[in-house]
Amino acid sequence: MTIPYLSLITLAPLAGAILSLFIPRQREGAIKWFSILVSLVPLALSAYLWVSYDATLGGPQFEERYDWIPAINVEYRMGVDGLSVPLIFLTALLTTLSLYYSAFTIQERIKEYCALFLLLETGMIGVFTSLNYFLFYIFWEVGLVPMYFIIGVWGGPRREYAAIKFFLYTLAGSVLMLLAILAMFFAKGSFDILRLQQELRPFTDDFFLQSLAFWAFFLAFAIKVPLWPFHTWLPDAHVEAPTAGSVLLAGILLKLGGYGFFRILLPTFPQAFHTFAIPIALMALMSIVYGALVSMAQWDLKKLIAYSSVNHMGYVILGLAAAALLTPVGLAAGSSAAPAAATEILNSKVMALNGGVLEMFNHGVITGGMFFLVGIIYERTHTRQLREFGGLGSQIPLYYAVMTTTALASLGLPGLAGFVSEFLIFRGSLPLITPIAVIAISGILITAAFLLWKVIQLMFLGPLNAKWTGLPDMDRFELITMAPLIFLMVLFGLYPAPILTMVNKAMSDLFSIVPVVAGLF
Amino acid sequence: MPEILSLVWLVPVFPLLAFAAIVFLTHPDNQLSAWTAIAGIGLSTLVGLAIFATALGMPTLAEKPFHVTFPWIPTGTTQLTLGFMVDPLTAVMLAMVTVVCTAIFVYSQGYMDKDPRYARFFAYISLFASGMLGLVTADNLLILYLSWEIMGLCSYLLIGFWFERPAAANAAKKAFLTTRVGDVLLFIGLIILYFQTGSLSFEDIFSQLAFISAPLLVIVGLLIFAGAVGKSAQFPLHVWLPDAMEGPTPVSALIHAATMVAAGVYLVARTYPLFAAVQEGPALLWVGGIGAFTALFAASIAVAQNDIKRVLAYSTISQLGYMMAALGVGGFVASIFHLITHAFFKALLFLGAGSVIHAMHTNDMFEMGGLRRRMPITFWTLTAGALALAGIPPFAGFWSKDEILAEAFLHNPLIWLVLTLTGLVTAFYIARLIFLTFFGPERRREVREVEGTRFTLIPHESPRVMTAPLAFLASMVLLVGLAGVPADFPVLGPLLGSNPFHHFLGQNFARFGIEFEAIPFDASVSVLNTSLAAALLGLFIGWWLYGRQPLRQAQPDPLERLGPIHKLLKNKYYVDELYNATLVRGLVRLSEGLGSFDLRVIDGLVNLAGRGTAAFSELNRLFDVYVVDGAVNGVGSLTRWLGRGLREIQTGQVQNYLLVLALSTLLLAAVLINVLFTLIAILVIAGVTTLVWVLQPSVEDRPEERA
Repeated sequence: MTIPYLSLITLAPLAGAILSLFIPRQREGAIKWFSILVSLVPLALSAYLWVSYDATLGGPQFEERYDWIPAINVEYRMGVDGLSVPLIFLTALLTTLSLYYSAFTIQERIKEYCALFLLLETGMIGVFTSLNYFLFYIFWEVGLVPMYFIIGVWGGPRREYAAIKFFLYTLAGSVLMLLAILAMFFAKGSFDILRLQQELRPFTDDFFLQSLAFWAFFLAFAIKVPLWPFHTWLPDAHVEAPTAGSVLLAGILLKLGGYGFFRILLPTFPQAFHTFAIPIALMALMSIVYGALVSMAQWDLKKLIAYSSVNHMGYVILGLAAAALLTPVGLAAGSSAAPAAATEILNSKVMALNGGVLEMFNHGVITGGMFFLVGIIYERTHTRQLREFGGLGSQIPLYYAVMTTTALASLGLPGLAGFVSEFLIFRGSLPLITPIAVIAISGILITAAFLLWKVIQLMFLGPLNAKWTGLPDMDRFELITMAPLIFLMVLFGLYPAPILTMVNKAMSDLFSIVPVVAGLF
Repeated sequence: MPEILSLVWLVPVFPLLAFAAIVFLTHPDNQLSAWTAIAGIGLSTLVGLAIFATALGMPTLAEKPFHVTFPWIPTGTTQLTLGFMVDPLTAVMLAMVTVVCTAIFVYSQGYMDKDPRYARFFAYISLFASGMLGLVTADNLLILYLSWEIMGLCSYLLIGFWFERPAAANAAKKAFLTTRVGDVLLFIGLIILYFQTGSLSFEDIFSQLAFISAPLLVIVGLLIFAGAVGKSAQFPLHVWLPDAMEGPTPVSALIHAATMVAAGVYLVARTYPLFAAVQEGPALLWVGGIGAFTALFAASIAVAQNDIKRVLAYSTISQLGYMMAALGVGGFVASIFHLITHAFFKALLFLGAGSVIHAMHTNDMFEMGGLRRRMPITFWTLTAGALALAGIPPFAGFWSKDEILAEAFLHNPLIWLVLTLTGLVTAFYIARLIFLTFFGPERRREVREVEGTRFTLIPHESPRVMTAPLAFLASMVLLVGLAGVPADFPVLGPLLGSNPFHHFLGQNFARFGIEFEAIPFDASVSVLNTSLAAALLGLFIGWWLYGRQPLRQAQPDPLERLGPIHKLLKNKYYVDELYNATLVRGLVRLSEGLGSFDLRVIDGLVNLAGRGTAAFSELNRLFDVYVVDGAVNGVGSLTRWLGRGLREIQTGQVQNYLLVLALSTLLLAAVLINVLFTLIAILVIAGVTTLVWVLQPSVEDRPEERA
């Protein structure tokens, strides 16, 4: 009998959450360590997935398929490919680190806190493993509720406003997605994500309907990403959320939106995506440039990082939009110039998508780390106002070093992870949407400006603000939390092959399995 | 023994390992860290010089450069490789970089003594050396770019090394961001080349140049040159380099004079076939024009600076301008020759200046004077560097500068004129530096108070660990130039092997059809005489103003008599002020404007939508309370009334109940199929509600409920 790895990864945290409810409230230590142990199960298994996923074969692997609600043709179908495996690993890693970090910092209502994080993990991983819309939608919504409580209960002073804004905004998107899912079901009688893409192909003959479904999905995902102009819930949610909540929010929840673009939007509605690629690329451009500029205007460290997420996720969508564009290659498909040019364009498209997926992973690592660092300094100083810091470089050198490394990774310094993904995105999109990509590259410059000026210089350089003499440097548990993230930034900066091989296969297959996605006319 | 070439990839790796070792292991121990760093660069030097020596004996190296590659990043259907190469250009650069680096590492041991961040300094310069060596050995643009940016990072960290000083912090940020403007443009150029040729390796790119359209090639050339302009501090991106002098002096010598800033020149030289592919194209004209303009522009600023390191910084910008101009007029070999000689004499000048600063605790030349007797070794070595810079034979700068001038005279007389004029200005400002620092009276004595007693600090010669590198570099400044003495120069030419430098480098790109012929000596004699005259004139004016009658304490600079011109030069043509008023302020204003737009307009719309919905729901609530709930309450009353009536049926007898049960079961059975679904629905809803309720944080500790 084969072991249902994916179900184990997805549901182990849920089981852990339920079990943890039976531990008496007073035994806080037991609750903390129990939930950390539980979160190690998906972490270990997803590392196993990564190692044993056969990248040369591609396609969904570790598949599980059972009839579930035959009356309406709902299957319990799970499977992973090069797109989902890294994201599952990222989710498991960040959840474990969040729980570990929180074990030292959260003081109140520990039982609920840990259970909610585990429930959240099930929701997030479930989205990445599901290959059936019914299942997908359930997990999508399951991820929403715990985050609402995490912000609303453990958050800052304006937590209720932020939590409700987050919840309602995202819910509005998901309702539209539900409608689109139902519409596809009524048209084709299936909830199967892959079959709908590859065989059934809803609304191919009715462009209006396809556009409607496309925009419904688009809104759900764009809000989650968040793409400009649907981004304003993000800074509020981040500023109010507790540290670990911010980490998972930026690290994973935003990726659910990006994942939706890759897994659903592009392969299911290629014609609509071809048509609307330019407007979407423009939105991505706004996310990049506008997000970076607004980030530069912030004086609250956490808000600044939040806006920088808008900027970074903009790169992901830029790559996607470039890859989705309909690209004419000569007039006759059989002309002699066409094949070489077509290969070249296909190569660019694959690279843009590779970069996008890699950027999601890297952003999770880098910005996740960033939010940990914000929490670490806030625990000590109880302020996030950049103007109140100054000269901390000599006072807390270790923290300075870790923060600088993370910031450099974030601004895309070669040798650290962020660069590889940005390079691939621009390499892919520049030949396809030249003017937009060229303007977008200026985002790199602005990002460097605000990270070096607002974060590094204002916090660490110059004379020490006398208020902070005696400020303690990073503790051991904080260092342990950051160490795996720094390691990944350096590893994938210098040697991205372990992740790229897998992603590259999945993205190339996208074009060969669903030929119309390639959009080469 | 060509096998040694296959070790080329180790050259950048040694200092990288030293960096890692210092960061993770040895940093608590200062001396151990310094020796780790020196061991790293020492090994690189050993291998580097061995490669250089081997390359000298390989006449076919230019034809068939040596490559070693490793697979790296899979992308699409292609694979990017991690590759290193050796050709004559790389070999020459390797020799220079490793030797200069080693000298400066040794010197730093003395200069950085007692600095609390001693170990960190050696970690940074090791990482830097790794970047620079990676740059010169890279066989593709991606590795080159990676090394390029690592050097940029080290430059940032080292300029801001004493980051408690706001000036250092600002300078570091300025350097990083200014060069990044160029980097981004270079990045675009690199991407264009990548998708045009499907490769980033130099060999592949150069062999496919014919397939790229001429206008695009010009654009790519200009983009690459933009990167070089940033790194080599050419106008208009030169503003960061003078400020970079906030870093420790060995850094100024190593990074901001000898090696990193030359990387821009190296980049253009390395991609020279790309520039040369479009005959008479505007790309090379831009390189030459910007280079020549920068040379004169920066030299004129150097004239009016009082900070000894700033004079040298502007001098560096100006000399880099010479190298760019040389590339622009097709003097590839001359440019690299000057790059090499400049590295030695400018490192010497900076280290000499550092020795002076170390003794005087000030950078201001008007507070120095009379150091000739107090610091003889520093004086003599610094003078050797100064003469090399001014272009006085037989010092290295003379040979390389004259080769550039000869090339310019032949190909672009206007550039020649500008560069010759620059030569005069150069000789003047360096004479000014020497006379102000070493001659005349000691204009200021530093007085310190220790425990109530006042000490007058008397400047003294620096320790051996600092003067030894000075002496070494001074001897190099005498010798290096001899490698490039024109072949038909009277007596010296044949004696020195008929210009071996040109011989070695001239064929570097012959495999792409580009050869560089040495200019016959006869053709350049007049050029040589003119430039020598200009240099001597400059030195003379310097002596006339500053040496003939040395300035006394607090006596104003005689140049102040120039009035507004002096003010303009002293304020560096107000370029910084211009950038701050326009670009920097503009960007900050824009970002602040967008910030409040985001808060007020975009988020305002979201909140408006929220409030609209809330208002609508309030309407619903009113409707609910008065209409719907009214109805419900009505139903409630009705039920209560009915219940009162039904109570009459409650007989308390089991039989009656059983009867009712049976009847209802039958009724249920009739509608079962539909009801079952409803039941399941109710169960699921109840289950979910319970879970949410259980997970919802308890309310037990709310004060009002406890009361």
